Amino acid sequence: MSYITKPVARHKGTRINALGLTMRDYEGSMSTLCAGCGHDSVTAALIQSFFELDVEPHRVAKLSGIGCSSKTPTYFIREAHGFNSVHGRMPSIAAGANAANKDLLYVGISGDGDSLSIGLGQFCHAIRRNVNMLYVLENNGVYGLTKGQFSASADVGTKSKQGEVNQQGPIDPVNLALTLGATFVARSFSGDKAQLVPILKAGFAHRGFAFVDVISPCVTFNDHVGSTKSYAHTRTHMHEVVETDFVPIRSEIRTAYAEGSARAVKMHDGSTLHLRKVAEDYDPTNRVAVIEYLGGVVARGEVPTGLLYLAEAGADMHEFSQTVDRPLVDLPYETLCPGSGALAELQKEWW
Amino acid sequence: MQPTDTKDPQYYHKVVDCQWACPAHTNVPEYIRLIAEGRYTDSYMLNRKSNVFPGILGRTCDRPCEPACRRVRVEDEPVAICRLKRVAADLRDEVKHLLPKAPPVTNGKKVALIGAGPASLTVANDLVPLGYEVTIFEALPKAGGLMRTNIPSFRLPVRVLEEEIDYILDMGVDIRYGHRIDSMKELLDDGGFDAVFVGTGAPKGKELNIPGRAEGAANIHIGIEWLEAIHFEHIDEVGERVLVIGVGNTAMDCCRSAKRLGGKDIKVMARKTRPFFKASPWELEDAEEEQVEILVNHSPQRFVIEDGRLTGMTFDIVEWTENEKGRLVSTKLDEVFIPADDVVLAIGQDNAFPWIERDIGIEFGEWDMPVVDRATFMTTRPGVFVGGDAAWGPENIIWAVEHGHQAAISIHNHCQGLPVTERPPYGMTLVSTKMGIHEWRYSNDYNPANRTPMRYEDLEKRLADIKVEAELGYDIPQTAREVERCLNCDIQTDFTAKLCIECDACVDVCPVQCLTMTENGTETELRDRLMAPADNLEQAIYVSEDLPQTKRVMVKDEDVCVHCGLCAERCPTAAWDMMQFDLINPHAGQDTWSTVAATA
Repeated sequence: MSYITKPVARHKGTRINALGLTMRDYEGSMSTLCAGCGHDSVTAALIQSFFELDVEPHRVAKLSGIGCSSKTPTYFIREAHGFNSVHGRMPSIAAGANAANKDLLYVGISGDGDSLSIGLGQFCHAIRRNVNMLYVLENNGVYGLTKGQFSASADVGTKSKQGEVNQQGPIDPVNLALTLGATFVARSFSGDKAQLVPILKAGFAHRGFAFVDVISPCVTFNDHVGSTKSYAHTRTHMHEVVETDFVPIRSEIRTAYAEGSARAVKMHDGSTLHLRKVAEDYDPTNRVAVIEYLGGVVARGEVPTGLLYLAEAGADMHEFSQTVDRPLVDLPYETLCPGSGALAELQKEWW
Repeated sequence: MQPTDTKDPQYYHKVVDCQWACPAHTNVPEYIRLIAEGRYTDSYMLNRKSNVFPGILGRTCDRPCEPACRRVRVEDEPVAICRLKRVAADLRDEVKHLLPKAPPVTNGKKVALIGAGPASLTVANDLVPLGYEVTIFEALPKAGGLMRTNIPSFRLPVRVLEEEIDYILDMGVDIRYGHRIDSMKELLDDGGFDAVFVGTGAPKGKELNIPGRAEGAANIHIGIEWLEAIHFEHIDEVGERVLVIGVGNTAMDCCRSAKRLGGKDIKVMARKTRPFFKASPWELEDAEEEQVEILVNHSPQRFVIEDGRLTGMTFDIVEWTENEKGRLVSTKLDEVFIPADDVVLAIGQDNAFPWIERDIGIEFGEWDMPVVDRATFMTTRPGVFVGGDAAWGPENIIWAVEHGHQAAISIHNHCQGLPVTERPPYGMTLVSTKMGIHEWRYSNDYNPANRTPMRYEDLEKRLADIKVEAELGYDIPQTAREVERCLNCDIQTDFTAKLCIECDACVDVCPVQCLTMTENGTETELRDRLMAPADNLEQAIYVSEDLPQTKRVMVKDEDVCVHCGLCAERCPTAAWDMMQFDLINPHAGQDTWSTVAATA
């Protein structure tokens, strides 16, 4: 970690967004992660996304569990709401917070340990409920905070820093999310902001559980030759299935796409996504086909990336629960809790 | 773009804006760090190596370094470089034992220097330690040239001036005071010198030939002559109402001197408006603080004489407009009489070489000035050199010093039978400042403090005595604060492409967004494609070799990098390092070794 404060000096030509803020206004504390950690790049991509989407800092709630990944929320938007939960329990906290105040923008940051080992059940149920949030899984294949043991996402055959070869099969979070019925499934790489930033923005625009698996190399324990989650391996084995362009609401669509080369998707908040199919006949809205296609890519030892699956019309947790439009937190106490008289009245129906 | 050649000393040199802007290329960041460490003597000696007169320049320099200071590009005010130089000079210990000395045996070569100003003194400073027998001919009874006669002692105390001149003279220079050279031919024919250097300055104040000039002569003074007379105490009073014509730095010295000699109502008369003033902004401020009035758009018409005595001047009040050719032309609006007891003319200086015969092989060109080579300072007669204001007209002391250094190299070459065009090359050393994982050999914590204001002597006290120095200099707490404002531009961000794993950590952490990894392209494309567009074309962009994984390039905009070192701190593979750059700026007789980057 660095001991100096990041200089307050800034470039006189620094861009300013619609709220009059600079990118630096979306920063948090100085990172205490290892120098070169992929997670810091994810932080930077999130900062860029918030900045470009003109997000008001006080409208963001950032949540995490335990692990290197879960330190990330400290490093962006210091003015946002935040909750650092018990290991693997962030999805419950996020669901609870969202139930109470659906007007905030929820960002959950988790890791492969937090989501695929101790918190696997929580993760699955957040997908089932379709909690309206952006869920970023910073995936590096090792337990960095405990000195680099293989995690549940380590591939068969990958080597640890000491040379040990992993033999247990991985849990593929993208595959898992697809089979559980997730409505937004993406994978990206911390070293490729050109791909990651539009996906994160689309994730914010999506209503429902937007899941982004980010290969985020552990520079200290998993960036060597023989590792399948290193910077070099990810770069050479990335297979970009879909390219995503994000056009926010109120912006003009400037890029022209050849007929049939791109699919425009209107997002719930009014913004537009252009999904450019890199692979022929790939349909990012057909869950069964996507699962099959990705299976083939993975079998070849490649890492499929991009916004892989999108179902914009799915119902989210509040629709399932048929809650009122107004966030519960804004309802007067008397409305929210009408008292024992009203309860007794209600119970009469079953008497 | 081709990868940037950082092995060329001039690339990193240009990043150190102050050093690049300084004619003598003083290593500013390092001397500021030495002051920060309390090593005033070391800081003084480092200064002296390039600029020879740190005490004098710490008070009088025109500071080309300060407008160039990087700090101006991230906030408004530059580091008070000049004032810190004075701190080093004021607080130094005895340095005599550290100064270069003449060797016990001379090399048998004799060099004559004409005029004992900063240019000649620098030549002597460089050549005496090499064994040359140096003789200076000075018309006045004391050495220093315009540093002595033109800069009043309330800006430059005589003690400070003489101490630094004596450092050079005491090396063993033969100085002939009161010896004016009237014939160059005679000196060349009969002097027995192997080389002659002309450092006679620009000693002739410009005239203002308008009606009444001759009749009022008793009360009309030429600025630089008047200042000289004040210095030698031939003049110690002036009338109550004084008009100073001109708004250069000499005019400022004149009006402030007048204020100290009993002048009550001092007006500086300018033909144009403030943006056209030649005086340094801080000198204008100092004059105005001493209640000198500056009147703009007044064009002098005539001196008014009544009963054989000057009573004032008439001026046209004018307005300036741009004509169709883009030139400024004046229109007369009105005429005004301004009463005055004395008038001082400070409208510029000319060179004069009536003592150089025109048939001895020294060619004269435009403006009746000798033809002097810009790099070697040699005239068309081998062995005769010109430097300082004598070469191309009035400049500042720091330029004269650099002319002296360069002329000394030429004289050395000339006397050793080498071509004067064979200049020793620049060199550099580059050493890592890394001490530990997050420890560096320099203070990299950015200090957002504003520029420290100067302390001044009480107005009444300083106006009462012309010898009382107006500026008090920084005290220790002020110095401690100001040194931390320096951004350490000499601590270079040095990049090794083959070590980079393209993790983005440096790009993400950079507080001023000056780093980008991108596909290579033309310079215009790259400048546009950076995180923050690099639109300051005066500042270079660094382009690395191809990065190992994606074949992209690392591009750095040198414009606003604050040298905080966070890129290097966040780099997992030490592809970025913070390396201290030291320019080897060769002086006469110094060998430079070939450019080697010493990687620690």
